[in-house]
Amino acid sequence: MSLVLDVFSVVAIVAGGFFYLAGTVGLLRFPDAYTRLHALTKADNLGLVFVVIGLLPQVGSLLAGLKLLLVWLLVMLSSAAVSQLIARSVRRQDPRA
Amino acid sequence: MTTVVTLVVVALLLWLALWTVVARDAFLAVAGFVVYGLLLSLVWVRLAGIDVALTEAAIGGGLTGALLLGAVGRLRGTEAATWAERSGPGTRAVAGLLSLVVTAALVLCVLLLPEPAPTLAPLVLPNLPATGVANPITGVLLAFRALDTLLEAIVLVIALIGVWSFAPDRAWGGRPGPRYRTDPNGILAYLARVLPPVGIVIGIYLFWAGADHPGGKFQSATILAAMWMLVQMAGLADAPRIDNRWVRSGIVIGPLAFVAVGVLGLWTAGVFLGYPDGWAKPLILTIEVALLPTLVLVLALLMNGPPSRGGAR
Repeated sequence: MSLVLDVFSVVAIVAGGFFYLAGTVGLLRFPDAYTRLHALTKADNLGLVFVVIGLLPQVGSLLAGLKLLLVWLLVMLSSAAVSQLIARSVRRQDPRA
Repeated sequence: MTTVVTLVVVALLLWLALWTVVARDAFLAVAGFVVYGLLLSLVWVRLAGIDVALTEAAIGGGLTGALLLGAVGRLRGTEAATWAERSGPGTRAVAGLLSLVVTAALVLCVLLLPEPAPTLAPLVLPNLPATGVANPITGVLLAFRALDTLLEAIVLVIALIGVWSFAPDRAWGGRPGPRYRTDPNGILAYLARVLPPVGIVIGIYLFWAGADHPGGKFQSATILAAMWMLVQMAGLADAPRIDNRWVRSGIVIGPLAFVAVGVLGLWTAGVFLGYPDGWAKPLILTIEVALLPTLVLVLALLMNGPPSRGGAR
């Protein structure tokens, strides 16, 4: 049983790492601020979800698991809000972009 | 494997430090500095200094970064003029030479450090139970080296008075910073409604956990002050008037309570800041509880800056 869980963790965390890598490639390669934000928020949020799901079977207690979920929710909330704020500030400075 | 990770983090740190110094745009330099602080807190985690890591992330990266960003905002108007300035070759040569000498001296000091490093840790651990707290950092900060912590708290209050003294006469006693106005249905206002309840709980948790686990009043106060700043920046609440009696009482209560406990120690334990037997934990808790409002107010008001509007009423 623990082997199955370990394999699950490894697969999920590797998948998370892949999405982080994809988001970073997008951040570096995409042409303007909006598409870069898109790559960063979409891909990184997915990456974080996979990392958290992968770590959940490994935590020792229910409380630690709940803390992980809280971290995930807080990062989702702040990244969604911050990307909106950045996009708005870009639009104010350069409405055509 | 972990060696590789450590080497990569160290290389990144050095590169970021260099980049922060070399960057000509002040905003970019501050951005580099904030990332540097976050990476540095990872290094502290690797070195098992969780308390230091938390403080570095909260104060070194977060609060100092935010203060520097505020400074960048205020300097925007004059930044182009400073770029046009070029110092003469003599000044540059002297500056370069001075930097080299300082670097060489630092390298020499690090290489000459005694091995193993002198430590008082073996003395602290057997005496920790007498303080009633289980986190050795809290024990050192509030029992064995309480005087340092007292002076730190007083320095913070003096720093705030220093910032306030930049106020023009007509604004004295008024409110600091601009009155932020944002879309009341916008994303910032939404965040400022959703996040503070969670942030306040986490802040108080860190404060309470500080007695036995990594955490404590400084990290907690930074989070609480950040929540307050978020509410202000979203335009949901205005900054307080600096002549408000409650604000001023809150600022001085921490150092006052600390000094009061210290004088009490003179009387009951025979030495300034001494705790009588069995009373260490309640007294440490009293000091921490009294310091929390001081730290939250001072950190947030340092962020707000000197009063700029609505002076003497």
